[in-house]
Amino acid sequence: MAPKTLFEKIWNRHRVTDLEDGSTLLYIDRHLIHEVTSPQAFEGLRLAGRQVHRPELTFATMDHNIPTENRHDIRDPVSRAQVEALAANCREFGIRLYDLESDKQGIVHIIGPELGLTLPGTTVVCGDSHTSTHGAFGALAYGIGTSEVEHVLATQCLPQTRPKTFRVDFTGHLQPGVSAKDLILKLIGTIGTAGGTGYVLEYGGPAIRALSMEGRMTVCNMSIEAGARAGMIAPDDTTIQYVTTGQRPFAPQGEMLEKAVAVWRSLPSDADAAYDRRITFDASRITPQVTWGTSPGMVTDITGSVPAPDQVPGHSAADIEKSLQYMGLTPGTPMTDIRIDTVFIGSCTNGRIEDLRAAARVLEGRRVAPGVRVLVVPGSQQVLRQAEAEGLHTVFMSAGAQWRQSGCSMCLAMNPDKLSPGERCASTSNRNFEGRQGKGGRTHLVSPQMAAAAAVNGHFVDIRTWPHKE
Amino acid sequence: MQAFTSVRGVIAPLDRANVDTDQIIPKQFLKSIARSGFERGLFFDWRYLPDGRPNPDFVLNAPVYQKAAILVVRQNFGCGSSREHAVWALAQYGFQALIAPKISRENIHIPGFADIFRNNCAKNGILAVELDAPQVDEIFARIERHPGVEATVDLPGQTITLHDDKGRGFSFDIEPSLKKRLLQGLDDIAVTLSHRQAIAAFERRHDVWLPQKNGDRHKCQGFGQE
Ligand code: SF4
Repeated sequence: MAPKTLFEKIWNRHRVTDLEDGSTLLYIDRHLIHEVTSPQAFEGLRLAGRQVHRPELTFATMDHNIPTENRHDIRDPVSRAQVEALAANCREFGIRLYDLESDKQGIVHIIGPELGLTLPGTTVVCGDSHTSTHGAFGALAYGIGTSEVEHVLATQCLPQTRPKTFRVDFTGHLQPGVSAKDLILKLIGTIGTAGGTGYVLEYGGPAIRALSMEGRMTVCNMSIEAGARAGMIAPDDTTIQYVTTGQRPFAPQGEMLEKAVAVWRSLPSDADAAYDRRITFDASRITPQVTWGTSPGMVTDITGSVPAPDQVPGHSAADIEKSLQYMGLTPGTPMTDIRIDTVFIGSCTNGRIEDLRAAARVLEGRRVAPGVRVLVVPGSQQVLRQAEAEGLHTVFMSAGAQWRQSGCSMCLAMNPDKLSPGERCASTSNRNFEGRQGKGGRTHLVSPQMAAAAAVNGHFVDIRTWPHKE
Repeated sequence: MQAFTSVRGVIAPLDRANVDTDQIIPKQFLKSIARSGFERGLFFDWRYLPDGRPNPDFVLNAPVYQKAAILVVRQNFGCGSSREHAVWALAQYGFQALIAPKISRENIHIPGFADIFRNNCAKNGILAVELDAPQVDEIFARIERHPGVEATVDLPGQTITLHDDKGRGFSFDIEPSLKKRLLQGLDDIAVTLSHRQAIAAFERRHDVWLPQKNGDRHKCQGFGQE
């Protein structure tokens, strides 16, 4: 048999039928929904008099609108109506919902893996572009629009044209202080925010193998920022260990697990499988990354400086000028001179337990710089409880940071957590778009350890040379 | 889905690359559970000044572009969030066709539109056309000479005509399957449901590895059968 990639193996396993127009009808194993992109899909079903084909394969949570201080007090009536609409739709169509009462509520991409819903070899979709996160398990996972949410609800299938494959290898090992976030920012800075459009990325190499599942999720999460709808990492012992330990109510057990593991072991790409495109990085040469612009590809090394408008390949000088003007930055400014007002630690990129541990190690026994506001927002209620069991919340609070409840929070500022115009933020989230964290707000994307170090210093520092516990 | 055959109308230029869906429609407009009214949020932060007055410097606020039906943009339009609200906002504002350049040089290939966005357009009967970069440059230049010029985007013939003195047109490529779907305004869900038997057969042989009964008793609402 011809050698196959991880992607091809999963694609072939989920082909329901080939359609006459050349596309493929693909079966969807897990469908995740949240309050923002689902209401119009349910409305569509109602208007057409359609049912949900397999309600047990769709799982719902509330995350985008949820206040992180007093979660039950949703003051914004429109937000509240949206959250209530989700609850009503789930009741009407018989869909499981992890609502604000649930101890398993959280950001949709954090709870999928926690609950054991995200499994190797499955197809996972959600009306949310960061569905790519789930690819860390060796799943084919991608974001869809609301019309497609309706399509999956009604049919459990999606017509898809087959994407191309793009292999990204990270050889060598990361330097201390350099994290999964830096790997993915480096990739985006290199291939650009459209470099992966039309492809499914597969990450590999020793530096990827050495990452925990949390780190792998961070990498796959931001595949969409490179333009790729999906990013994936072949399952290995680390993956199987994650799926089979802890409280994962939806992970297979017993005989079903044995059968599943046999399939999972067969998923990694064959040695001589062909990809449409490849790129390799030496991970040992990657330094902590900081974005300086209004797109995740506008990123540089912490040792670098803000570029001049005509020095950025792939962008017009006019676009860079607009971006620098929005960011309030002058070309030539060293990244370590950039002062910040706010630090946001959280999101589906870096809101998992390991991320909070990394930030806590930097903050332990230290104080946040005067005038700097620090928000630590766990990605889920389970992460919150784990962090509290380890005493991380005390570390954060003694350092002067705010310890919040779970949700998307300042990643997109749909809830009350926002930047004000001109406010500058070191953020562990995934998008530094204009206004993303609040109208006029200025976002610099960094890793949790870099964000925490910036909180202590009031400006960015090179975590590699800054004294802290590893 | 609404069918698309051709559109004639004013073509407006938005000269910016990598316009993300957060710019096309900011988050505060995503809270609606309705399917209409999104035109209010289109390019909101660019269209309005902080005090709520229209920003006179934003291109769509120019009187000649009030009734624009076609929008020409730069590469990688619609990147970022999957929000279909971006496409609803464009459609409800009155745009029926979008034109963007695909850039190919050396090792760099940048598409005109981001993947999820392009899909969302197709689901809403908006035609997203990719042209070569020099052709899009020419369109921008011709609009600059004749602001408010009309254009026709014709799907059956796969052509774009600018109705200025030059009159020279462009032809574009489109996947035959997408062309057919747009022309017929097919209901995608109905098409998939016509494969019911294949889906049922697939479900009999495919294992989704979801334990049905055990370990499944933690708190969650709205699911009746447990
Ligand atoms: S944390 Fe941010 S990126 Fe992730 S799902 Fe929430 S809003 Fe989207």
